[in-house]
Amino acid sequence: MKKVESIFEIIGPIMVGPSSSHTAGAVRIGKIAREILGTKPVKAIILFHGSFAETFRGHGSDKAVVGGILGFSTDDLRIRKALEVAEREGLKIEFKTVDLGEEYHPNTIKIILEDASGLKIQVIGSSIGGGNIIITEINGFETDLSGDYYALIAIHDDKPGMVAKITTILAKHRINIAKMRVSRIKRGALAFSSIEVDHEISKEVVGEIEKIKEVRLVRALKPI
Amino acid sequence: MVDFETLSDLVKLARERDCKIGEIVWEYEAEVEGISKEEVWNKMVKHWNVMKDSIEDGLKESFELPCKITERFAGKFLNAKRVFLDDFMSKVVARALAVSEYNSAMGLVCAAPTAGASGVLPATLCSAAEKLNAKEKDIVLALFTASGIGLVIANKASIAGSEAGCQAEVGAAAAMAAGALVELANSTPEQVDHAVAIALKSIMGLICDPVAGLVISPCIKRNAFGAVLAFLAAEMALAGVKSLIPADEVIEAMGEVGRLMHPDLKETSRGGIATTPTGEKIREKIFKGDF
Ligand code: SF4
Repeated sequence: MKKVESIFEIIGPIMVGPSSSHTAGAVRIGKIAREILGTKPVKAIILFHGSFAETFRGHGSDKAVVGGILGFSTDDLRIRKALEVAEREGLKIEFKTVDLGEEYHPNTIKIILEDASGLKIQVIGSSIGGGNIIITEINGFETDLSGDYYALIAIHDDKPGMVAKITTILAKHRINIAKMRVSRIKRGALAFSSIEVDHEISKEVVGEIEKIKEVRLVRALKPI
Repeated sequence: MVDFETLSDLVKLARERDCKIGEIVWEYEAEVEGISKEEVWNKMVKHWNVMKDSIEDGLKESFELPCKITERFAGKFLNAKRVFLDDFMSKVVARALAVSEYNSAMGLVCAAPTAGASGVLPATLCSAAEKLNAKEKDIVLALFTASGIGLVIANKASIAGSEAGCQAEVGAAAAMAAGALVELANSTPEQVDHAVAIALKSIMGLICDPVAGLVISPCIKRNAFGAVLAFLAAEMALAGVKSLIPADEVIEAMGEVGRLMHPDLKETSRGGIATTPTGEKIREKIFKGDF
């Protein structure tokens, strides 16, 4: 197996500069956070850790994350004006620098998003080079999403049979599971499932999973 | 199924089929991604268009470099009175500077192989195409050649400054461009191998030491040097100059040098020109938000 398979990882991506890790990666982390919130954010707190804390302005990482939160892709030139667009759309932004600790990758961002109804999510992601990212934490739950695949994420009660309930619905809709991971902070409280799949997950499927009583939050993510 | 691990695989396949290395890489991509060759072709055309536009925008658009660390030089260089270089080479240099400056200022570029080194391929291929009267299809094929070379480098060594220094970014770009240039000039597959080897060993050991961690200094000027180096390596290979060490071994050696390189010299801005007194002063200013 090659580390890199597609030549478009060599010639490409097409992106807004200057840095695949500090700009393109930052856009992608912002975009995933937006998808996890699932609604229009009205408030964003963005915390830069490590190398990001030092250079986020010069690399445009600030505009990049906000662009991602606004739903822009890495090749969208509106990223340059993301701060202005955010203001126009009524999205309040706060930038901070933070020391999350040694165990975090030097290019890490923590994002807290809130929508008008008060729904709040918190995402920690690292930009690990070449525009590749890894989401390491969602609402305090450990994860390892890459944003490269379709995925389903769910926060649900930590009870036996929960995962089976979700995967049964996926199987019924013939959605093939590529990788899955369950994590929890405390036994018997809440658990978090992330399931990477081969195909797009429809609204209908998400609706069915939402109906499971013990499921608190469910989102279908697209590759970004 | 066409597959390749090394540059010598590519040379061998091109020999067996009596075709260009670019054609092998084109077919490989279609197979590995499970899409049609036509789709792959169109995708590459799209990438080429972004490269071309980035040259134009980099020369024309009005923008400033972030934090006003330095001024823009591409236009100034293009219009200056020539002392040593001829017009052709001057254009190559101006174009590489232009794309690289545009990248620093959040312009739209095509990473090749990275955003930091994105000036080398557009500048070399665009200028070579003009000189050789090449058609778009020839350039696109040359981009496949370049990407095949880059794929080998990425898998056998690295294309990340944080892993192996600038030899893996601007160095890889120069090697990719050198191979693409000779094939654009109708070389043999073996000449591609020599061009890659000559280019990469001539830039081996180059560290990654961006001032204040920003893709500005030394990155922008290094793109111009990478582009010139690519032409030099290509011209040599086309003239029949051979590399004593085959390209695959040079690539492995570059990866090894990258592993041996001290972490302070790999994108951390803890060494090289980043920690010169002037480099430090700029970093402090930016960190304080004073610019
Ligand atoms: S010095 Fe470092 S950041 Fe700049 S182009 Fe070279 S590898 Fe990239």
